[in-house]
Amino acid sequence: MREIQEFSLDDLRHLVSPRALTGETMVLNMGPQHPSTHGVLRLIVELDGEIVVNCIPDVGYLHTGIEKNMEGKTYQKAEVMTDRIDYMYTMGNNLVYCLAVEKLTGLKSPPRADAIRVILAELSRIQSHLLWIGTSALDLAAMSVFLYAMREREMIMDVFELVSGQRMMTTFIRPGGLWRDVPSEFEAAVREIVRVFPKRIAEYEALLTKNPLFLDRTRGIGKIDTMTCKAWDVTGPTLRATGLAHDVRKANPYCGFEQYDFDIPTQTTGDVYARYLVRVEEMRQSVRIVEQALNKLPYGSVRDNNRKYVPPPRSEIGMSMEALIHHFKLWTEGFSPPVGSVYATVESPRGEMGVFLESDGSPKPYRVHYRTPSVPLLQVLPILSKGHYVADLVGIIGSIDIVLGDTDR
Amino acid sequence: MTFGLFLEWAVKSLIVILGMTIGFAYVTLFERRVLARFQVRIGPNRAGKGGILQPVADALKLIFKEDLIPDKADKLIFVLAPVLTVIPALIITGVVPWGPPITLFGKQFTLSVTDINVGALYILTVTSISIYGITLAGWSSNNKYATLGGLRATAQMISYELALGLSFIGPILLAGSMSLTEIVHAQKSVWFIVYQPLGAIIYMISTIAEINRSPFDMPEAEQELTAGYHVEYSGMKFALFFMAEYIKMIAICMIGATLFLGGFQGPFLDQQPWLGPIYLLLKVVVLLFGLVWIRATLPRIRYDRLMAFGWKILFPLALLNIMVTALVMILVGG
Repeated sequence: MREIQEFSLDDLRHLVSPRALTGETMVLNMGPQHPSTHGVLRLIVELDGEIVVNCIPDVGYLHTGIEKNMEGKTYQKAEVMTDRIDYMYTMGNNLVYCLAVEKLTGLKSPPRADAIRVILAELSRIQSHLLWIGTSALDLAAMSVFLYAMREREMIMDVFELVSGQRMMTTFIRPGGLWRDVPSEFEAAVREIVRVFPKRIAEYEALLTKNPLFLDRTRGIGKIDTMTCKAWDVTGPTLRATGLAHDVRKANPYCGFEQYDFDIPTQTTGDVYARYLVRVEEMRQSVRIVEQALNKLPYGSVRDNNRKYVPPPRSEIGMSMEALIHHFKLWTEGFSPPVGSVYATVESPRGEMGVFLESDGSPKPYRVHYRTPSVPLLQVLPILSKGHYVADLVGIIGSIDIVLGDTDR
Repeated sequence: MTFGLFLEWAVKSLIVILGMTIGFAYVTLFERRVLARFQVRIGPNRAGKGGILQPVADALKLIFKEDLIPDKADKLIFVLAPVLTVIPALIITGVVPWGPPITLFGKQFTLSVTDINVGALYILTVTSISIYGITLAGWSSNNKYATLGGLRATAQMISYELALGLSFIGPILLAGSMSLTEIVHAQKSVWFIVYQPLGAIIYMISTIAEINRSPFDMPEAEQELTAGYHVEYSGMKFALFFMAEYIKMIAICMIGATLFLGGFQGPFLDQQPWLGPIYLLLKVVVLLFGLVWIRATLPRIRYDRLMAFGWKILFPLALLNIMVTALVMILVGG
């Protein structure tokens, strides 16, 4: 006779209500392999009929050890790891890391690089929101939106491939600027997105925004207020949906975001529907930013000229002995920034993403810590989902838009 | 009962069962292709010309899959449940006429397996039986998701049965008969959808709920219940559930066409009786397209809302529809 391992409720005694131990409520294990937990998230859900009594997120199934790994690599090489953190906002992960390194070393990215960074970061935001609108609509079983969103996302991925040769793990933004200048086709490709995209947003909205079934599934579901958001350190669209217009791009501008004219969309109800409206409007605003940045894209270099930190261009290496030596030193030993610790933030599609760097003067970071927005979002999940139906739990997970790579570093 | 009559029945039953099974196979293909068009995809087009052999490939794949039965499942019921689901689906259309009587080899044949005088009642009865399969499947799997799915199915089907039954009464009143052949004949000049627009809508909504199609596919809600009642089924047993769902899709489209869209009625039917089945097929395809369209467009309605919708909106509306129909018939018909 094969032995069947029994799952004991005693293991959960401190997590679930006493009613679960008597069998009055049902403890349901959702995930880590479940179609709508958006990655490998495990939820222990206590159900009274179909109503969620308690929901316990269990993270760690995607732990990658990225932060620790980065501490074993030189500053330049560690950047490759950052792509893998929030794999829906890879450009932003690069950007925030580069901002921190630049703060540490005093490098300055040239205006052209800044403008391209803004374009790419906003395109990343759009593609992340596209995936979100697709999957969260799919969680409510509106399946067509997903494929429409994927169609547009492809256009953005093509731009990433155009500039960096990679669709997701780009590592295109480097400390001191960019890996290289964008190819000549870049502008036309981005213009096409700017031209087409607002119409496509209207298409998604036609399917969802006023759809009574969608309203029924989203309005009044997963409510949260500003105070709770602040208490749990929740940022991003979830916070803005409660009425507080906090956006790092406005509050603490980086890469020249202060030059662009855009609004921070807010809603007041703080439910799934409010988060939906905020994100849809954010896509429109991102298109606005991309268009403005494209219109005043300056000419010039895309890298800082400080050869102690930024490798020389390939063309110089054959011409100059110093360039060759710099290149060799930078890619073997790396650069040694001054001792100190810095913190830089960007606004990711999910909220405030920050990176803390501690330098001990060696070519490798002494400590890297990412402050990722998904962690607090996951922490408020029990608050959001309590008392709702299990079907809405799925919708709530979709609406806070967590990325598990972002949660487990 | 003569041997000839028996043979006739056997052949007709065979035609229905084969027709339904082949129909099922091609409805899956139809749905996938149409859905793909809605979603800017191409859909399966590799197996055979334009994907025509895709259902064969799918069936072969499912036959050769390992047939798993969970350790702690109730084995007998677990095996029985798919059968209980498929059989009602197969026999449901037995009373639906496909065309006017035709003369073949000097003998007149009616184009339906049987024409019983309580055909509408028979349909309601058989659809009710098919609930058992789903409920038992959910219960016997010994899986929490499946149990939830099974429970949802029970609650949902019971609440929609009423509205469904009431939506049948409109055509029955108009035709003055429960026999589906009579109902079709009564629609020779005007389709009942003209007199019963509300009834037709109630019929479509409640049958979609009855067969668990999107947006009422609560029992198998992929997103929250992974696959609902059939989460533990694999291989051919899973295929049977799938088959039941799609056959029921065809069946409700056939019945809907019969009750509200004039069944096999159409122009030039008197001269060419063989046009009957073709008209019926066309109407069924149009309705099936509608079902796929709904699936491509709408999100899933929530379980409690579905119940509220069934009891608080659909049921009173259906009652009202009957009352108005009956009243008008008395006032007009005398």
